Amino acid sequence: MEIPKSFLGYKRENGRAGTRNHVIILPVDDISNACAEAVANNIKGTIALPHSYGRLQFGADLELHFRTMIGTGCNPNVAAVIVIGIEPKWTKKIVDGIAKTGKPVEGFHIERTGDIGTTMKASKKAQEFVMWASEKQREECPLSDLWISVKCGESDTTSGLASNPTVGNLMDKLEPLGVHLCFGETSELTGAEKVCATRGATKEASDKFLKTWNAYNDFILKEATDDLSESQPTAGNIAGGLTTIEEKAFGNFQKIGNCKFIDVLEPAEEPTKGKGLYFMDTSSAAAECVTLQAAAGFNIHLFPTGQGNIVGNPIEPVIKLTANPLTVKSMGEHIDCDVSKILSREMNLSEGGDELIKTTLRVANGRLTCAEALGHKEFVMTKLYRSA
Amino acid sequence: MATDIIIHDKKDNVGVVVIEKINPKQNCSCWIMEDDSTVNIHSLDEIPLGHKIAMTDLKEGETILKYGHDIGKVVKSTKKGEHVHVHNVKTKKW
Repeated sequence: MEIPKSFLGYKRENGRAGTRNHVIILPVDDISNACAEAVANNIKGTIALPHSYGRLQFGADLELHFRTMIGTGCNPNVAAVIVIGIEPKWTKKIVDGIAKTGKPVEGFHIERTGDIGTTMKASKKAQEFVMWASEKQREECPLSDLWISVKCGESDTTSGLASNPTVGNLMDKLEPLGVHLCFGETSELTGAEKVCATRGATKEASDKFLKTWNAYNDFILKEATDDLSESQPTAGNIAGGLTTIEEKAFGNFQKIGNCKFIDVLEPAEEPTKGKGLYFMDTSSAAAECVTLQAAAGFNIHLFPTGQGNIVGNPIEPVIKLTANPLTVKSMGEHIDCDVSKILSREMNLSEGGDELIKTTLRVANGRLTCAEALGHKEFVMTKLYRSA
Repeated sequence: MATDIIIHDKKDNVGVVVIEKINPKQNCSCWIMEDDSTVNIHSLDEIPLGHKIAMTDLKEGETILKYGHDIGKVVKSTKKGEHVHVHNVKTKKW
């Protein structure tokens, strides 16, 4: 198949391109959710991103909070941002971070005004932003403007046999065309960590990966009361035939095809070494992982599933694929790309990869994903430790 | 003959059922992805889609190979053709 050289995206002020054109209402903290949701309810076409944190965090955990907030606002799928927090200082810090992209952003704080006054002021600005954004047109953008993140979920053995290798096949075909790629899931590489480390493009990248994985494993060994047998693999994984974390990890690892990773990113860290594949240190919980990848600037997501994970994200479209024919039959409304014919050998892996490339481009050009049509907007902050 | 079981790597001692289920005493066709070869196996258990079958007799303590890699250890001896899962295989991690 000849791979198209371009897609229709929204060109942003900083040179990036978006596959979506969202105007978001971003609460800085948990107690500002109500106001953010009131604004989004007032002004049609905007979307609030409520979450659970943002108070009394400190150190690396607070840095991650800011990086996720600012990164989400900076994502090229976002046209403009309203930031609402309880206090002015943290609100301004996030506004200033997003403003560096050149996109419209304005902050509001609730103290000394209250929810109702803040909702009114923020709604006026949100209306202005959304009407401005509604005139943006899709334009032809080079394929290399796609930043593709991947994460699998509710995996079973069909994931390792077919849907994950299909993503790997897409990576092998698109990496030479200059796209950015990102995989994560530190915990779910357990058992395959040594093999994964050999896929670093440089010794530095390999060492950085092992350091990251070891830090995670030390944390598990310190905190686990017994082992992770109740969580990894999950009950869904086991129902689907996955027996051990090692088996799950080698299946997971099929998603990167034959690519080598050029760098290891902190959670929500924007890649800076140019095109190619990156590993990001993330949780393997679906919504947390996709939220971090979106905050790092990835604008389209591929999500292979076995038993049928249903996750979505408010700003980054999440494309589901599966090779499990029972999942296609029983949960078809969640599946964007069906590669179950790989198991019956009516489709080979390269044909599966081509199907996924076609689906990815249709979604990049504006086709809604199943998760978008069904209203999945899971926005879940990663928290590193207890607040002060 | 349609494929009932797929095996990733020639070294693997387990295969994955890719039809809705296989029945006991079924003669199953297995496709090995690595070299595109085919072998047959006689099943002893009913095994559902996505679950594994022992391609050889497996002794307690033996390593299970899938993708050509170590994915855990046998904790209960298992005959060729039997179901392989959490009842007879455990992780070597944690």
